[in-house]
Amino acid sequence: MSAGVGQRSQPDQPDDGLDEAEVPAGPPAAPNGGRTAARLPAAGQAAGGARWMMAGLPAEKSIQFLPSAKRLLRRLRPYRNQLVAVIALAVASVTLAVIGPRILGRATDIIFAGVLGRGIPPDQTLDQAVAQLRASGNDNMADLLARMHAVPGMGVDFSALARVLLLALVVYVVSSAFAWLQGYLLNNVVQSAIMGLRAEVEDKLNRLPLPYFDRQPRGEVLSRVTNDIDNVAQSLQQTLSQLLSSLLTVVGVLLMMFLISPLLAVIALVAVPLSVVVTQQIAKRSQKMFVAQWTHTGALNAQIEEAYTGHELVKVFGRQREVEAAFAAKNEELFKASFGAQFISGIIMPSMMFIGNLSYVAIAVVGGLRVASGTMSLGDVQAFIQYSRQFTQPLTQVASMANLLQSGVASAERVFDLLDAEEETADPVSPVRVAEPRGRVEFSHVSFRYQPEQPLIDDLSLVAEPGHTIAIVGPTGAGKTTLVNLIMRFYELDAGRITLDGVDITTMRRDALRGAIGMVLQDTWLFGGTIRDNIAYGNPDATEEQIHTAAEATFVDRFVRSLPDGYDTMIDEEGSNVSAGEKQLITIARAFLSDPALLILDEATSSVDTRTEVLLQRAMAALRSDRTSFVIAHRLSTIRDADLILVMEDGRIVEQGRHDELLAAEGAYHRLYHAQFSQAVVEIDEVSDGAPALAGVRP
Amino acid sequence: MLIRVLRTYLRPYPRPLAAVVILTLIGTMASLYLPSLNADIIDRGIARGDTGYIVRTGGWMLLVTAVQITCSIIAVYYGARTAMAFGRDLRAALFRRVGQFSAREVGRFGAPSLITRNTNDVQQVQMLVVMTCTMLVSAPIMMVGGVIMALREDPGLSWLMLVCVPVLVIAIGLIIRRMVPGFRLMQTRIDAVNRVLREQITGVRVVRAFVREPQETARFGAANADLTATALRVGRLMTLIFPTVMLVLNASGVAVLWFGAHRVDAGQIEIGALTAFLNYLLQILMSVMMATFMLIMVPRAAVSSERIVEVLDTECSVVPPAEPVREVRGRGDLELRDVSFQYPGAAAPVLRGISFRAEAGRTTAIIGSTGAGKTTLMSLVPRLFDTTGGTVLVDGIDVREMDPDLLWSRIGLVPQRPYLFTGTVASNLRYGNPDATDDELWEALEIAQGRDFVEAMPDGLDSPIAQGGTNVSGGQRQRIAIARALVRQPEIYLFDDSFSALDLGTDARLRAALRPVTADAAVVIVAQRVSTIVDADQIVVLDDGEVVGIGRHDELLDTCETYREIVESQLTVGVAA
Repeated sequence: MSAGVGQRSQPDQPDDGLDEAEVPAGPPAAPNGGRTAARLPAAGQAAGGARWMMAGLPAEKSIQFLPSAKRLLRRLRPYRNQLVAVIALAVASVTLAVIGPRILGRATDIIFAGVLGRGIPPDQTLDQAVAQLRASGNDNMADLLARMHAVPGMGVDFSALARVLLLALVVYVVSSAFAWLQGYLLNNVVQSAIMGLRAEVEDKLNRLPLPYFDRQPRGEVLSRVTNDIDNVAQSLQQTLSQLLSSLLTVVGVLLMMFLISPLLAVIALVAVPLSVVVTQQIAKRSQKMFVAQWTHTGALNAQIEEAYTGHELVKVFGRQREVEAAFAAKNEELFKASFGAQFISGIIMPSMMFIGNLSYVAIAVVGGLRVASGTMSLGDVQAFIQYSRQFTQPLTQVASMANLLQSGVASAERVFDLLDAEEETADPVSPVRVAEPRGRVEFSHVSFRYQPEQPLIDDLSLVAEPGHTIAIVGPTGAGKTTLVNLIMRFYELDAGRITLDGVDITTMRRDALRGAIGMVLQDTWLFGGTIRDNIAYGNPDATEEQIHTAAEATFVDRFVRSLPDGYDTMIDEEGSNVSAGEKQLITIARAFLSDPALLILDEATSSVDTRTEVLLQRAMAALRSDRTSFVIAHRLSTIRDADLILVMEDGRIVEQGRHDELLAAEGAYHRLYHAQFSQAVVEIDEVSDGAPALAGVRP
Repeated sequence: MLIRVLRTYLRPYPRPLAAVVILTLIGTMASLYLPSLNADIIDRGIARGDTGYIVRTGGWMLLVTAVQITCSIIAVYYGARTAMAFGRDLRAALFRRVGQFSAREVGRFGAPSLITRNTNDVQQVQMLVVMTCTMLVSAPIMMVGGVIMALREDPGLSWLMLVCVPVLVIAIGLIIRRMVPGFRLMQTRIDAVNRVLREQITGVRVVRAFVREPQETARFGAANADLTATALRVGRLMTLIFPTVMLVLNASGVAVLWFGAHRVDAGQIEIGALTAFLNYLLQILMSVMMATFMLIMVPRAAVSSERIVEVLDTECSVVPPAEPVREVRGRGDLELRDVSFQYPGAAAPVLRGISFRAEAGRTTAIIGSTGAGKTTLMSLVPRLFDTTGGTVLVDGIDVREMDPDLLWSRIGLVPQRPYLFTGTVASNLRYGNPDATDDELWEALEIAQGRDFVEAMPDGLDSPIAQGGTNVSGGQRQRIAIARALVRQPEIYLFDDSFSALDLGTDARLRAALRPVTADAAVVIVAQRVSTIVDADQIVVLDDGEVVGIGRHDELLDTCETYREIVESQLTVGVAA
């Protein structure tokens, strides 16, 4: 579908849907028997987890991870100061958050001490109480009590508790405030950087030479400027903010755990490799399942697409039942695959929870024993349990971000490739201006090739006088379209020169040159907007009246009137209300309205029915009357009145002249002409005698 | 809408759903029991220095953990299974519904939109069900359980829950309520930016030819600025969530310790119970938060389910008759009586007062300019649309009263866009007649002038065909589509501009070969080229939705101005030669 707007064939690209769908977008660790405020995923993190878990989609690998990652980070250099602030704030916030449980642990100790103190008669000293316990054989209790700062007979020391809790509250408030400020700044940085990247890509697109767009499939370029940039934006935002705080948290928590109790820290650390191994094992299996799920999803979607696109055939050929049966079979396969994927990946969470609980039990038991033996305080155990909860979560997050980062950098690399692509030569510093272009075009010894080893146009010379109509005919691949593209300076010559009114076009500004030319392309590209806007594309200042005049002259008006919304009808990606032929008419109206000095019509009427075409020919004849025109046409009937017909074969002009002269010469044009018409004529001669009579009804 | 979809399509699975709830209940209870055991360790083990008790209780905790993981995994099993079955059933229901649609409903939604609804939208809703079944279901259980356990530890502190939970809910709710529209707006903005870029790339020549780079850059700049502004706003809200949640959770912890200390000091609770209470409160808050986050998905799923229900609720404009005519005696005479057709919402009808007969054994050609209504006219015969006025009769019977299968079995349609299905040449040819032999296929190909190129393919009839037939040329696709109709051996042939991609010689040979095979059938040909239809038994000239002439080529040349114009436009040069 060359016509129309954008990629219609793939509606609602599933990239967004697929990323999020079908995957438990939850944090790897979840509410469980957990005691404390384990770090919780913000909404954005959930998506990160999803990406990681659905690693079933072949992860894009970048070719040069480090250089590209560095280059991506270099783009943040203008925001150096903010970034330094971000890091400082993150360090501060995480440090405070990590200290928090320790302070709360002290609060627990104060309460515990109060409980124990109350149990000792006021007239006894602490030492006496301990000695008494030992005497009664209760060594454990004695050790415990010996370590506590219990005051006999006194209950909980509320003023001390208030101080400690107030401190904790302040620490938490400040930590949260810093975390918020850090996120706020980082958000600004990332969004500005991405906006800059987008703008740069846009500028680049305008400077890329056309061969760049020819060389690669459109979808490829499209995907770079849309999907890849989106991906970079997402991964940058998610990884930068979380990677930093997650890493800091891991380090901080580890430090605190060793500080409290090296023994318990080692026990807690055992859980790490265990969870990594378990996650890996499950992920490995679920990846396969996810691949199967995506494959089946793709297959089913293809089947649905086919059934809906060929809907009328399915009906008329009575295939409804077969189609439904085939659908049901595929649907069932998808069900099985996605169920498997969902189940296996769904096991990760309970498993992590299980390991977390095991470690919790171990810490509770060992910690309990150590408190009982007086080597640790109860508050320390409680703090430790909190830390161990905080520990696994950021770790899994860092792991999950590795993939996200990979894919983000791979996307960035593809964007950078585009930014690095060679640009077209700059416009001359002091361009020559053609004040009132008359439209004399001259090619002198022009050579051009798309690929070095394949000459396309070789030493071609021609002159188009002002006001003349030049028709170009020849078989497919003869270089007709290339020839007119050279006039537009879409491509640079390999040799020779093209002049407009005596001025070499390479010494002109491109926009000045192109502004003087109106072009109707084979490709009936319209942009997403109303029919009115599309007609006015080449002349945004056109009045309503001018638009209507152009539309009437090009027969656009006729069908637009039958549309419910008339000129306000949107040409959109699903716009099946406008046929290919009608689109072509709109492109002609567009050129008509731009009122150029030079007109190029490249197969301008190929999708229009012949009767409309004849009418259009007349309209275009009026349009051409005082303009130089280049006309490319397959239907030779449309060009017989041309002032000059160029017959091209293999990039050369093999014949030129007027219609009658060329026919008389019995050369290439003659052959071409007969190939197109003789059969039709013979056929008609056989069937009816009407044909000869037609000569008389010529207009 | 969402509720309706869920209720309807989850109804068949009461048992698995009950299993999910019960297992989650047990699993959650087990989870909730752990802090209580931990409290026992503190109060009866540590506080009394009873190490044996600590170890024994540790063993209990392990057992409880084992119960918990077992229940969780089985619950995930049933949850995933039910959610996926839900998706499967919903997809199937949509597919069945669309299968009943006429071209009119398909046209109303557009095939791409229907595809999206059948795939992506179902996925969105299914996603919600998955999350609900595997995660969300535990949130309320955890909450209720947490509350019960916390009350058991100390009813005196329960008022703290009444403060903390609403604070958290309101805090998150306020942020999310502003975030959800923000997300939606952001998606729109991303789409806008991508649309501009896409247009610039696909239309690069036009943009440059009309020197529109400055305007396009400005257009892009505006879209980019819009997107960034929205992204900043949404981003700021998002950065607010995490610190807020942390603050509420941590402050709750501080509050519990402070107020709990008083109760401990007064001897109303033990210190272990205090720790347990703290854990339960945090657990409740966590599950509240999880539930709130999951609810973000609801609006999106709601939009999707609206789009789904819209399709499911669409009545088909072409309904099979209640008492269909199942037997028809006749040779396949087609007649249109005063037929008119208007697209819903269109200002003017596409067809007006069309009447003609296409008898068996005769060839009827329809010619007219672009947009004259030729394809619409063809679609009325197999009831892809129903007329909005007048009747279409086959062998004297209104097509609306005929059994659709019977009607379709008599028609061989070659559509304007010769769509081929994924498979092989043979599978496509057998599309309308699965029992056809290879010989019959070759015969049809021979008539359709397709034998040569199919023979030249490496695997002959078994050569693969890509979706839509994109791996063969337009002309080849057309010939396969013609052969496909021939294999059916129908009584009425409808060729909708089916010879356009063929060169004139092939066109002529094809039509010559067709003549004997279609001798007894009614043949209707829509064409652009006069040469294709010049030998038709009758030519119907359409202009602007009306018949302006019927007759043979030479008659029309004399009587029909429009026809003469069409012929002239194509033959002038040829005749001049």
